[in-house]
Amino acid sequence: MNTIIEIDKLNLFYSDFHALRNVSLEIPEKAITAFIGPSGCGKSTLLRTFNRMNDMIQGTRIEGVCAIGGTDIYSDEVDVETLRKRVGMVFQQPNPFPKSIYDNIAYGPRLHGIKDRKKLDEIVETSLRSAALWEEVKDHLKRSAFSISGGQQQRLCIARALAVEPDILLMDEATSALDPISTLKIEELAQELKDRYTIVMVTHNMHQAARVSQQTVFFLNGEVVEYSDTEQLFSNPNDQRTEDYISGRFG
Amino acid sequence: MKEWKQDDRKRVANRRRMDTTLKLLFLAATSIGILALMVLIIDIVMDGLGHFTPDLFTNYPSRRPSSAGMKSAIVGSIYMLLIILPVSFVFGVGAAIYLEEYAKKNRLTRIFQLNISTLAGVPSIVYGILGLTLFVRWFMLERSLISGAFTMTLLVLPIIIVAAQEALKAVPKARRDASFALGATKWQTVSRSVLPSALPGILTGVILAMSRAIGETAPLVMIGALTYVAFLPEKLTDQFTVIPIQIYNWISRPQTEFHELAAAGIMVLLIMLIIMNITAVLLRNKFQKNI
Ligand SMILES: Nc1ncnc2c1ncn2[C@@H]1O[C@H](COP(=O)(O)OP(=O)(O)OP(=O)(O)O)[C@@H](O)[C@H]1O
Ligand SMILES: [Mg+2]
Repeated sequence: MNTIIEIDKLNLFYSDFHALRNVSLEIPEKAITAFIGPSGCGKSTLLRTFNRMNDMIQGTRIEGVCAIGGTDIYSDEVDVETLRKRVGMVFQQPNPFPKSIYDNIAYGPRLHGIKDRKKLDEIVETSLRSAALWEEVKDHLKRSAFSISGGQQQRLCIARALAVEPDILLMDEATSALDPISTLKIEELAQELKDRYTIVMVTHNMHQAARVSQQTVFFLNGEVVEYSDTEQLFSNPNDQRTEDYISGRFG
Repeated sequence: MKEWKQDDRKRVANRRRMDTTLKLLFLAATSIGILALMVLIIDIVMDGLGHFTPDLFTNYPSRRPSSAGMKSAIVGSIYMLLIILPVSFVFGVGAAIYLEEYAKKNRLTRIFQLNISTLAGVPSIVYGILGLTLFVRWFMLERSLISGAFTMTLLVLPIIIVAAQEALKAVPKARRDASFALGATKWQTVSRSVLPSALPGILTGVILAMSRAIGETAPLVMIGALTYVAFLPEKLTDQFTVIPIQIYNWISRPQTEFHELAAAGIMVLLIMLIIMNITAVLLRNKFQKNI
């Protein structure tokens, strides 16, 4: 498998709080990588460095290299808007815009200059199909995005992220606000999407990590303790702390 | 299962009594406000109804109360609004967007913020003095419609800025994040995601500021709005009068007929205020339904 994200000795500070310590990591292309670890260990922080959402937090400082497709995304030649178009994100709480379902999906393409109605129609349909939502909403695309269920809203947010044709999809506990059935749907969806996209997901649910991911990364106090093949990490961890965590002895 | 104890019941009864007393007290507080307003309105309508005729709207002021009207004042007030509204909207909302969305949260921003909040409470006569110095003298705009409108704009700006800031603050961060994460620039996020959500709140603030502006008298007295204007302003630099000044002028005369005219003028002002407030409510409802 090819590596798409390569992180080398990355350190991140929120003002004087050292949130990521010397993180080195490789994330394979077109596969699902899961981030696990106790609350506050820096999973979301690392995820947000991939699309530079940390830039918006005042006082954040970064050292080290975070390269996507061979280019350091913190170098001057990368502009943030283009990066974020390539690296989509789905948040913990579904956060549709107070607009119609159609306009939610079309938001991204419109940002990047697509105005043609036919082209937009096409993007809306393919994105909704990719997110396995088309059949459920195709007859009321003009309705408010708030009129559908929480699970559907989250799939809408996935479709919205897919509409700008990213290479990478970041999901920060994207199922933690959902019921078990909606969660299952999104897990199935992730499985389908991984043939076309690289997915990095943060999860608190170790079963979920074991079920859906190919690679798992275990974090503790801002450090990456261990990362490897998911099966290997769960059946035969190298580090005692990993074993303690996955067997539920802390966290 | 515990036994019911007598003193428990007594304590509950005491708390209930307290509850009822407070409820009545709060009700009384509300009623006093509403009652005062009712008395005011009834008193004014009884005095002014006789003069609330078409003549009031079509006649210029006159020394004879029977043929006096407030055409120039009504037109003056409307012209003022037409200038204040766009200017204060652009500058007020612009400043709010800068402070909320662009400015780094540092010392300087905090000083700005403190200044604006303070300005919102400065007595209006002070704005009159400011307008007199700035627009009438320095910019040599004379005692004109435009000087008055600019002075009023200064007066309502802090109100609009604070209201618009509140409306912007109320837009959930998640909505901004969603936009940025799709590759939107700052301005794209502000214009396509934040402003539409904040608009109802901003518009409400702007309309309330406008109702403040049409009722203000003191700063315009300073600027030199005339009390007797028998013509309509045709240029921005023409002299002018407005409704509250006309009312003030009529009230200060000895004849009771002029006092009745003043009451009719107050009715016009009140009706305008009510229309503006209803517009604010309607706008808010309309936008909320769209969401
Ligand atoms: N904006 C911020 N400013 C300062 N410190 C922050 C900020 N965001 C996070 N932190 C701190 O950085 C550390 C890592 O936070 P992060 O959100 O990445 O944890 P997490 O692993 O995602 O936790 P959770 O599982 O609870 O979501 C925490 O100690 C947190 O308090
Ligand atoms: Mg997190």
